[in-house]
Amino acid sequence: MKKFEKFTGVVCPLDRANVDTDAIIPKQFLKSIKRTGFGPNLFDEWRYLDHGEPGMDNSTRPINPDFVLNDPRYAGASILLARENFGCGSSREHAPWALADYGFRVIIAPSFADIFFNNCFKNGILPIVLDGDVVDRLFQKSTREEALRIEVDLEAQRLRLADGEEIGFDVDPFRKHCLPEGLDDIGLTLQHVDEIKAYEERRRAEAPWLFKTASGG
Amino acid sequence: MSARTLYDKLWDSHVVREDEDGTCLLYIDRQLVHEVTSPQAFEGLRLAGRRPWRADANLATPDHNVPTTDRSKGIADPISRIQVETLDHNCEEFGITEFRMDDIRQGIVHVVGPEEGATLPGMTVVCGDSHTSTHGAFGALAHGIGTSEVEHVLATQCLIQKKSRAMQVVIDGPVGPGVTAKDIVLAIIGEIGTAGGTGYAIEFAGQGIMGLSMEGRMTVCNMAIEAGARAGFVAVDDKTIDYVRGRPYAPSGDDWDKAVAAWRDLHSDPGTVFDKTVVIKGECIKPQVTWGTSPEMVVPVDARVPNPDREADAVKADGMRRALAYMGLEADTPITDIPVDKVFIGSCTNSRIEDLRAAAEVVRGRRVADNVKQVLVVPGSGLVKQQAEEEGLDRIFIQAGFEWREPGCSMCLAMNADRLEPGERCASTSNRNFEGRQGQGGRTHLVSPAMAAAAAVTGHFVDVNELVTG
Repeated sequence: MKKFEKFTGVVCPLDRANVDTDAIIPKQFLKSIKRTGFGPNLFDEWRYLDHGEPGMDNSTRPINPDFVLNDPRYAGASILLARENFGCGSSREHAPWALADYGFRVIIAPSFADIFFNNCFKNGILPIVLDGDVVDRLFQKSTREEALRIEVDLEAQRLRLADGEEIGFDVDPFRKHCLPEGLDDIGLTLQHVDEIKAYEERRRAEAPWLFKTASGG
Repeated sequence: MSARTLYDKLWDSHVVREDEDGTCLLYIDRQLVHEVTSPQAFEGLRLAGRRPWRADANLATPDHNVPTTDRSKGIADPISRIQVETLDHNCEEFGITEFRMDDIRQGIVHVVGPEEGATLPGMTVVCGDSHTSTHGAFGALAHGIGTSEVEHVLATQCLIQKKSRAMQVVIDGPVGPGVTAKDIVLAIIGEIGTAGGTGYAIEFAGQGIMGLSMEGRMTVCNMAIEAGARAGFVAVDDKTIDYVRGRPYAPSGDDWDKAVAAWRDLHSDPGTVFDKTVVIKGECIKPQVTWGTSPEMVVPVDARVPNPDREADAVKADGMRRALAYMGLEADTPITDIPVDKVFIGSCTNSRIEDLRAAAEVVRGRRVADNVKQVLVVPGSGLVKQQAEEEGLDRIFIQAGFEWREPGCSMCLAMNADRLEPGERCASTSNRNFEGRQGQGGRTHLVSPAMAAAAAVTGHFVDVNELVTG
């Protein structure tokens, strides 16, 4: 996993509540058996005017000029600003894969759907929950003529705006520890092999049916 | 020991270790696997040179991409075919039991798991699919996970988790005629909202829930995720135990007696306090129809499409206007005046035998309305299909002008060839009415199987009680 370091990025304001993972990456792109290459189809149905299918040359497709991702102000944005319940719906990790592949490293919203929130951390994306009025203010600042740039400092848990405003944020200590290191969760868990085996042995004695297979083995 | 919730009991019995900050390593008893969210997980194992910790804890079947028409020639779409073949190869390589496309036990993972007894009370169940909450109907802790976590469970049989808060949703008293599990759960989502359950695990309780069959409880738990809760569950009672008895993966002999004794404790203790409790009067719930692009945009069938001008919250009103524009609806239109183009009866929410029986009861002796272009009936598994055919339900549907299909996810998310065309309006028994969910530009209204059948034969939404007299 990519390491998460301090950076300054442009904020792209997506002013919608309940943005679901079907909208983030439509189902036809889920047929891929890879983890990469989803970026050009991020928000496909909102971003392009035609119907997208896997294998198309996206550079020749008609783009929707009214969709915020296509606004030249927000070219190269790495921070996505959104409304309540971002990432609801399907558990597809293709959603954070597409956001990361596009270049987003931070998502700010008043609330996130649980599974999506969790999936972000597995892919080097930091989801930040801020109060609704703070998010409102960021929307105001990010829709001005000049795009808003924010420095994201995970270590200090601070967002620093170009105008001097600073905003603190919460992050789970375990996840804060994993993100900058790009740590492999499986490797971490496998440090506890003995405990897993001890648990299994105890469970097998008290609830043997949990270890039964259909053939009775 | 102090009074514990069902959630406490399920959680406590699966903690392998707990860190000071509350991060736990949680043991997973069962993982269900399908073709869409697993290829990258298996690839991860391969790249790291890892093997599954317990191959026999996994059960796989392809469901999202499979065609629901004649399968003798395989899958026409080459990309879908590769994904299904990749699942076959991975299961073979890693020693995982798979019900392949030509196996009668193939179907939607959330129908297949309970059908096989692979979902048992007291288990932790995961799958790379948000509707894994379905399995909570058995008094199990079940939730959807992402692909990285699928790989994590394959490699370690554990998940890194923090405990959620506990919510109880009580359906107080019985529900009225024509009101099904689907109407109950849509009414719950309408009440608490699609983010109402975020951060919570929901226990569904009360007479309205315990009065449901196991299949009805699965329908309710299935849509816990649409209320924002990763997990939803129901306490174990006689219905749970009777449903599980004799299924292929269920315990037998002495193990059965021991298991039943343990399962009898899978309920919240009297006097337990939940972090949040929501009570809805069962008698107040009517057949439901969604009108917008989020499951919380739902009203009773006798209501009108809501008007955003009467919504005080500006962000919400904006969302309503966007939904009305997408859905091609005018505010204040009576729901029963909305005509439908297509009808879909299926999905992990509503494709079990009781769902098909409920739809067939409405359809019997009637025909599809002239303005309805297509009605798909897609059973949840090969075994559901077989049973329905034994009961003659397929003939009722076919005589009515419906299409009787092979099992799979089908038009719930339109990854296979079954989909809506832009602008088409569908009465659907699935779980999500998001923009483009059933096909780009498609317009989805979520309803129960009986209500979908009623829309199919009348051409518009109608209270099913007007067609079926108790």
